[in-house]
Amino acid sequence: MSDPFSFQLRQVSKRFVKGKETITIFDGLDLDIPAGDFVAIMGPSGSGKTTLLNLLGGIDHVTSGEILFDDRRVDTLTENQLSAWRAANVGFIFQFYNLMPVLTAAQNVELPLLLTNLGRKERRTNVATALELVGLSDRAAHYPREMSGGQQQRVAIARAIVSDPQVLLCDEPTGDLDRSTADEVLGILKLLNQEHGKTVVVVTHDPEVTRHTRRTLHLNKGVFEEKTALA
Amino acid sequence: MNQALLVAKNLSRRKLRTSLMLVAIFIAFFLYGALECFNRAFHSSENSGAAERLVTVNRINFTMPLPVNYAGRVRQVEGVTSVSYQSWFGGYYQDQRQPLFMFAVDPVSYLEVYSGIQLPAEQRRAWLTNRSAVAVGKTTAAKYGWKVGDRVPIASNIYLRKDGAKAWEFDIAAIFSDPDDTAREGLIMMSHDYFDETVTFGRDQVNMLVFSTVSPKRNDEIAKAVDALFANSEAETSTDTAAAFNRAFVAQLGNIALIITLVVATAFAAILMIVGNTMVMAVRERTREIGVLKTLGFRGSTILSQILAESLLLALLGAVLGLGAATLAVAAAGKFIQGFGSNMNMTAGVFLGGVGWALLLGLVTGAVPAWSGMRLQIATALGRR
Repeated sequence: MSDPFSFQLRQVSKRFVKGKETITIFDGLDLDIPAGDFVAIMGPSGSGKTTLLNLLGGIDHVTSGEILFDDRRVDTLTENQLSAWRAANVGFIFQFYNLMPVLTAAQNVELPLLLTNLGRKERRTNVATALELVGLSDRAAHYPREMSGGQQQRVAIARAIVSDPQVLLCDEPTGDLDRSTADEVLGILKLLNQEHGKTVVVVTHDPEVTRHTRRTLHLNKGVFEEKTALA
Repeated sequence: MNQALLVAKNLSRRKLRTSLMLVAIFIAFFLYGALECFNRAFHSSENSGAAERLVTVNRINFTMPLPVNYAGRVRQVEGVTSVSYQSWFGGYYQDQRQPLFMFAVDPVSYLEVYSGIQLPAEQRRAWLTNRSAVAVGKTTAAKYGWKVGDRVPIASNIYLRKDGAKAWEFDIAAIFSDPDDTAREGLIMMSHDYFDETVTFGRDQVNMLVFSTVSPKRNDEIAKAVDALFANSEAETSTDTAAAFNRAFVAQLGNIALIITLVVATAFAAILMIVGNTMVMAVRERTREIGVLKTLGFRGSTILSQILAESLLLALLGAVLGLGAATLAVAAAGKFIQGFGSNMNMTAGVFLGGVGWALLLGLVTGAVPAWSGMRLQIATALGRR
């Protein structure tokens, strides 16, 4: 029996219409991301990395083709169904952290849990666990402006994992960090992949990221050029 | 944390901006509350007066006198049950800046026509038997701290005493109430006989006749009969219901309701644009955050309700503060206005009306940003396209 897949893309096409011009990003793209994978997607600007991440996260729609998650199509879901699916299955980590400036670290981490049926006590426990996992228990009451970039990114990781999603989609998670902080963040992602079984997809320009991932996909003009073997 | 806290946090993220919006809304609702209370107080006397009560004044206008003997002739008209009369005294207490709403009346017939007036029997007797006594409405008595048995000097802007003295000394014989017409509780009534004996001019003349009829259905017929009685005389009359007379009296002072409506509408329109525009800007600044919330799984409808909750909370907070301040201001002003027989106070109707307007303001100012937030595409919000 083959390994279960987190994502399977089948003949995915994505086109944008800009004025009179139609821009094709993908034309019949196929991709399998097995559950528990830790994959880096690299490529030059405009190669379609971010669009691919958007499609995987259900925040953009395919023009044609299919996207399956756990063998179920997600490209046909409505906006509300996608919201619920994202809340349950996907955690996002962005380059610029995207924390709510008016909320403390703990409150930022708690945000996804507001969409669950968990009680206040359970939410607090989960938030504490997530913050502990990223090593920021002592910063729970701090606001984003009171933390360094690396700390903010760790809060963002805690927010992404607090609802225990199967997949983490990361868009340039180290793009705004110095090397040593970036390595710390990548270390946490690796831990989440290896110890907690999360499927991690990282879109990046940073070649150092590939040292941590199981494999790397190179995207150029909407086509994968080569695939490195599983580490 | 819960979503309510999130709403509160978003509102307080720029304290100066939120404070300025609150002040703008506060001013609008303070104006609304104060002016609407004034408007109601101003018009409160319009509908006072039993339906079967008619008023007869000089046809030229109500400041021109009528002979007092008209009362006897009106009493003979079929369908008239009681007739009384009154004259404006133009009184003031101690200082001309403390004017009194004071009439010279025939006490016996006055109490018959205004049967809702309540006063203890012994006070009634005292007022009817002491010609230099006055009956004071309880609001005015409370305002000046007067009580039965006090002797108060009251001067008139119109009349001088025959003996040359400016001030009349009045014994307070009665303090009355009128639960059916609380505006009346601001009045003072002196004896018309005493008035006639004492004044230097205008004797045997009255400003108006007030009388009751057997049925409101016959008012038109009786009014015509009364006016016909004095047709082609030196003092022709104009008879109408008390309510119609009061409405006409108020109308002479201008369309207060229209002025107030225009002031409040202008304030509201300005506030609507200020708050609406500020809300749009405030939400636009949060475009990326809204995108993040949607990424986390927040539905468009949740975003919509959050932004609407913000604008509603802001509008309600400003409105309640404004209406609360108006309540205090109106209560303070009411102490002065009540002396003129009006009811100046914040009513539940005005307050709840203000809350209703606040809800509408919140919905209207929040509608555009809330709709935009709900429809916002995540990829666009995050600048990922």
